[in-house]
Amino acid sequence: MAGIISFGAYVPIWRLGEGTKDWGSKAERSVTNFDEDTLTMSVAAAADCLAGLDRKAVDGLYVASTTFPYGEKQAASTVATAGDLGSSIFTSDVGNSLRAGTIAFKMAMDSVKAGSGKRVLVTAADVRLGASRSDIERNGGDGAAAFLFGDTGEAATIDAQHAVVNEIIDNWRPEGETGVRSWEDRFVFQEGYLKAVGQCVTELLQKTGLKMEQFDKVILYAPDARRHAEAVRLIKADPKKVQDPLFGKLGNTGAAFALMQLVTALEEAQPNQRFLVVNYGDGADALVVHTTAKITEVQKLPRRGMKGFLASKKAVPDYADYLKWRGMFSADSGVRRPAGGGPSPAALYREQAEVLRFQGVKCNKCATVQYPPQRVCTICHEKDNFTPIRLSDSKAKLFTYSMDYIAGTPDVPLVISVLDFAAGGRAVLMMTDRDTKEVKIDMNLELTFRKLRLAGGIHNYYWKAMPVR
Amino acid sequence: MESIKDKVAIIGIGCTRFGERWDKNAEDLMVDAVYEALEDSGLESKDIQAAWLGVHTSFDTGQPLAQAMKLEYIPITRVENACATGSDAFRNACFAVAAGVYDMVLVAGVEKLKDSGMTGLVGGGGSPGTNVAPPSTAPASFSLAPQRYAHHYGMRPEDLKKALAHIAVKNHHNGSLNPKAHFQREITIEQALTAPMIAYPLGLFDCCGVSDGSAAAIITRPEIAKQIRQDYVLVKGLGLAVGGNQGYLQSRYDFVHFEECVAASKQAYEQAGVKNPLKEIDHAEVHDCFTSTELIICEDMGWAPRGKGPEYVMGGVFDLEGELAVNPDGGLKCFGHPVGASGLRMMYEITKQLQGKAGPRQRKNPTLGLAQNLGGAPATSSVAVTILGARD
Repeated sequence: MAGIISFGAYVPIWRLGEGTKDWGSKAERSVTNFDEDTLTMSVAAAADCLAGLDRKAVDGLYVASTTFPYGEKQAASTVATAGDLGSSIFTSDVGNSLRAGTIAFKMAMDSVKAGSGKRVLVTAADVRLGASRSDIERNGGDGAAAFLFGDTGEAATIDAQHAVVNEIIDNWRPEGETGVRSWEDRFVFQEGYLKAVGQCVTELLQKTGLKMEQFDKVILYAPDARRHAEAVRLIKADPKKVQDPLFGKLGNTGAAFALMQLVTALEEAQPNQRFLVVNYGDGADALVVHTTAKITEVQKLPRRGMKGFLASKKAVPDYADYLKWRGMFSADSGVRRPAGGGPSPAALYREQAEVLRFQGVKCNKCATVQYPPQRVCTICHEKDNFTPIRLSDSKAKLFTYSMDYIAGTPDVPLVISVLDFAAGGRAVLMMTDRDTKEVKIDMNLELTFRKLRLAGGIHNYYWKAMPVR
Repeated sequence: MESIKDKVAIIGIGCTRFGERWDKNAEDLMVDAVYEALEDSGLESKDIQAAWLGVHTSFDTGQPLAQAMKLEYIPITRVENACATGSDAFRNACFAVAAGVYDMVLVAGVEKLKDSGMTGLVGGGGSPGTNVAPPSTAPASFSLAPQRYAHHYGMRPEDLKKALAHIAVKNHHNGSLNPKAHFQREITIEQALTAPMIAYPLGLFDCCGVSDGSAAAIITRPEIAKQIRQDYVLVKGLGLAVGGNQGYLQSRYDFVHFEECVAASKQAYEQAGVKNPLKEIDHAEVHDCFTSTELIICEDMGWAPRGKGPEYVMGGVFDLEGELAVNPDGGLKCFGHPVGASGLRMMYEITKQLQGKAGPRQRKNPTLGLAQNLGGAPATSSVAVTILGARD
């Protein structure tokens, strides 16, 4: 039977909250660093979901979001490559609706059920951007969830699902704009959110014959804490059984929001529990997720998960930093450095193993690991006799570093790190998500997929080092 | 394999004032340096049979030298080897002379950096690639070494900083005695220690000047040199070692030395017959793009034991009056660093020292001087070591 065989999440390390000057609220929300976006978070959540599993077994990938980097150019193909998945797989982006996550979820499940995919990965991620000081900004959050579907070893099955469509302009973002717009509050919630959620849950219960009290957990998308409470009352869910939506800790992460809550629920689940998941956007989706005896085993996979990612956090020092990261405020770096030119798509295409998969090579003669891939071994001079080795998930230690105050990057000083991998090999990478005070020789590092820059209309992605979270 | 020792002589040398030369373009600077070298040798440009031009990013090809000097259809080769360009142009010209193919050869080096309007060194063009390498400035890539150095030898970072400050103060002092230097003012230890941070532990005064300038030499065989002047200078050794990125591909590279520097100095010492460099070499122009680079070079060249560089520096061994004066002309730090010209600028100072014409910087009866010129950064670089000696 088709079901969830693994799950994972990603929450950026940064929080706007009490520790942020001029944020003006005690409530915390997660925010992506300047070098993160939907695509990088999708890669991180996919890695979390696939930790301890065979990446080459994945034969389908759906990437869901409302904030893709390109209007034309698939995100899923980049996620598949950076995730070091195989190339004979089906990939698709699912977008344009806050419900994109649960839509992708349904598509993946249907594909496994129909037998067109055996191991199908779904990611959902969003960077929620509203006008400065708006409710959307204050209640929003950035994050990602990932699920692996398959027909053997399910930790949870999807027993039923229901969808309704509701054509309405309540929240929307026109092409070319970065912030989400909203119509007048009362209309948005009464005719939009509450109406669609109410109808979808009522019809799902009718269709399945289930009663509200038969659910061990109720997971609800909501734009904010107040609407969440209203929806709980409307569908007559027992507040004690409602999954904490993490307002004030994480925030509304858009297309990923309901699914990130589901990840939390699965992390804490017992065997044979029934969850109701309700998502909203241009209508509503409702799902019945049912854990199996396998859940305990799957919980033990080496993922960081929602629990791990939420616990690892740093306060954005100043609201102005956040505005700078999102490009809503530009500060002079004080130095004149040439702007990086656009990369060559031909070079990016040819060097994918190095750049996106972050593969090095291991010499078949002397076993020396080298990054980037080489033709001739640096030690024994053997020619063209190497085996690729993925280093993106290898632990690493800092050998030496520099702190560059004149690099002209948004994160001054730019930390350039020389790191040695536990698997062998050395690389020189920028370090991100760091507090300069914690940077020390021999510190433990891991790799994280990031956006280096937008140049020539190309979002140039690569890996950076970061302190282990 | 034959040694280059005593097969090539310098009979003329010239160098412009280095600095922010808003008044001159790269051609103007070459004309000034080459005419000074010609006048020094008593030759005219029509006597030049072949030329080598060292230039990093300001020009392509050897043609700009012909265009500026109006050289008439002679062979000119442009040489590029990053910051070691000037030394490598000289090295290649020496081989042509030693082979007897040409009698009179011109070597010129030039760079015009300040017109870019950018901070620090700005890389050349070339085809776009994946563009994913860290946007590493020179201070950042060189600071990887001192950062590791303190850790490797268990030094307190503030003690390392003091040794680096001593180097900065020394080179500023030497530069203050040099009317052609970019920076001619003395600084204090306090100023060096409290200067704005550029790339830790390198502050503003740990970084060399980014300058415009040109230098040139006229070389020939010793038997011809004898007929032209009595105080010609002889080439004693020419080393060059080029890295293959070993430092980044091999985790065993320690970031506290330059392997290329060790290899190039070994070649040059063998050719020149130098056994005890600290005793035999009187003065050296080394590639102090950063004070930490000078410190490590002094160990790589065998002038201080490993890890003892800071002690030797603080003890004044490399001061102008020390056992082996390092950068008596102010070095890259104060004379400045117009990339393609720097190697030849080093030979300019050594030649003047060996001829007893170094003015207030003059060392007492020097017989051997050494130029060490480094292109690249820790982990992978091109290092040229040139040893020059007074005629017997």
